[in-house]
Amino acid sequence: MEQRDDALVQSTMQSAFDRKMEQDMPIEPKDEMPEGYRKHLIRQMSQHAHSEVIGMQPEGNWITRAPSLRARQILLAKIQDECGHGLYLYSAAETLGISRAEMTEQLHTGKAKYSNIFNYPALNWADVGAIGWLVDGAAIVNQVSLQRTSYGPYSRAMVRICKEESFHQRQGYEIMSKMMCGTVAQREMAQDAMNRWWWPSLMMFGPHDSESPHTGDAFRWKIKRQSNDELRAKFIDKTVQQADVIGLTVPDKDLRWNEARGHYDHGPINWQEFYKVIGGYGPCNVQRIAHHKKVHSDGAWVRAAAEAYMTKQKLIA
Amino acid sequence: MTNETDLPRWEVFTQIKPGANYMHAGTIHASDKKMALQNARDTYTRRGEGTSIWVVPSDAIVASNPDDKEMFFDPSNDKIYRLPTFYVMPEGAKAI
Amino acid sequence: MTEQQALFKYCVRLGDNALIQSYRLAEWCSNAPMLEEDLALTNMALDMTGRAQMLLQYAGSISGEGQTSDDLAYRRSEPEYRNNLISELPDNDFAFVMVKQMFTSTFEYFLYLALMESSDKTLAAIAAKSVKEARYHMAHTSDWVVRLGDGTGESNRRAQEAVNALWPYTGELFETDDVDRLLQEKGVAANLEQIQIWWRQYVIETIPAAKLELPSDDYQHTGGRIGVHTEYLGHILSEMQYLQRAYPDAKW
Repeated sequence: MEQRDDALVQSTMQSAFDRKMEQDMPIEPKDEMPEGYRKHLIRQMSQHAHSEVIGMQPEGNWITRAPSLRARQILLAKIQDECGHGLYLYSAAETLGISRAEMTEQLHTGKAKYSNIFNYPALNWADVGAIGWLVDGAAIVNQVSLQRTSYGPYSRAMVRICKEESFHQRQGYEIMSKMMCGTVAQREMAQDAMNRWWWPSLMMFGPHDSESPHTGDAFRWKIKRQSNDELRAKFIDKTVQQADVIGLTVPDKDLRWNEARGHYDHGPINWQEFYKVIGGYGPCNVQRIAHHKKVHSDGAWVRAAAEAYMTKQKLIA
Repeated sequence: MTNETDLPRWEVFTQIKPGANYMHAGTIHASDKKMALQNARDTYTRRGEGTSIWVVPSDAIVASNPDDKEMFFDPSNDKIYRLPTFYVMPEGAKAI
Repeated sequence: MTEQQALFKYCVRLGDNALIQSYRLAEWCSNAPMLEEDLALTNMALDMTGRAQMLLQYAGSISGEGQTSDDLAYRRSEPEYRNNLISELPDNDFAFVMVKQMFTSTFEYFLYLALMESSDKTLAAIAAKSVKEARYHMAHTSDWVVRLGDGTGESNRRAQEAVNALWPYTGELFETDDVDRLLQEKGVAANLEQIQIWWRQYVIETIPAAKLELPSDDYQHTGGRIGVHTEYLGHILSEMQYLQRAYPDAKW
């Protein structure tokens, strides 16, 4: 008898959820939702949040060496935004019933991932430009699409993030463009950064549609609105033109315009490298997580102090 | 394994310009009121989008239940006499 | 020393303090104990970078040599810097940076409050902007000093160690030299003796409120005013100036 009731509740809930999906209505925290949907969101949103926060590290590597006061200001403001965006996304994910502490722990144990791109090192000042222009450029394509995602808090966070990130790509492109107008050494740095960041940026969109394991659910639940390959094509099309304008060479000899498709065709992506880096064997995987763990454990006494002070104040009041 | 729990959660409302409604901006964590206000300021008004901030402990927010949506909101849908367009004004009357 | 030369030195001094503090604060980016505080520390760093830019730009405009703010920030050597030693000290932990910034922000708040009345209009305008920033920095850091001092045994110990280590670097903030005296006569510079009175009053109230004690030892370090620095400044400059020095012909 009890089992039948459960099944009934389950199916009523499912149909309310399905109705909202059909009508393109946002799902809100208190709405009933299938467990798979909740889990998928927690996985995706926490990964997104971790990416923002881990993403502070490669650019952070250059803050103290930023070559002008203006450059220091811009870079600091930009990395600070990443931090803020991580915070917005953790906050949104918390509405699904997971705490920031739990998400942090999942990051530390490897249960939760972050974007692979941040496992690559930022080696010269042009890398700061390349990260802004290519990495943020790729992220924006993805994030613009996510503004229409079905989960309300996620979508609202994305709207805010997209609005704020509009300057990120431009500042990166400005650095690249300045360096391409500069000395020989500067132009070499810029091309070197381009060569190292181009392919990992294309990998940011994930495996080809034919091979993406989560694409099915993500589409059905309207968490994802456009496919990996569609988004990747969008990114390539606009970026190739921008590279051309400032005289940078895209490191892909197979790149050519396909009139029939209305997109660029590109050479094969090295998926072996992609899976190797995801598997923990990128240049900076160990370093990035070790840094995050150290900062988190170094800060534990501060958070404990704040909590102890709060408890004392409550006792007084 | 961490035994750590998050500091309390606060809802942040910002007023974009004087006289405007306060709008929900997001949430932050903080252990006291002062910290909550400062964290809200540093998190949600970095681009000068605020003239004033409210912070409210998240557990003080009482939200209506989606299941009660019909009971709560449908009854007001047919009270069209609350809308100015419901009324027929004599022709020629001005500034009303 | 002409008034113009004195004004140049005075602006460089204020500008260098902002520049070196902003460097240390920026080091906290991605290193703070919680995300919210990461934002707060970088906000302070941004305020101070902006202030350094304005002050050094103004200094360059009155030097007669036409340096840009970047020329001054990135192309001088250690002995030419005029910041207080306290800004150079590396932050061992969060208690250190909070106590340090409380000491310096309180100083800056009263300093810029006074400079709003400066007979030099540019300086007065920079002061009007800076005083608002400093007031916020002072509140934010003082609140944290109280939380740490009155938090756990460990946080109290760390905060007290920071107070003890930093106290001998606070006297330098109020050192008055010929530059100050000349400019005070003209109504350009602030009276540091008066500022010290206000500063002490604030600190003497805040430290016990945070369950901390002021050291009784009154030994004070000195040197910033004449360009004799701690060993730390050289490392800051070698990192900060790396690109400008390695590629002198490049524009960034």
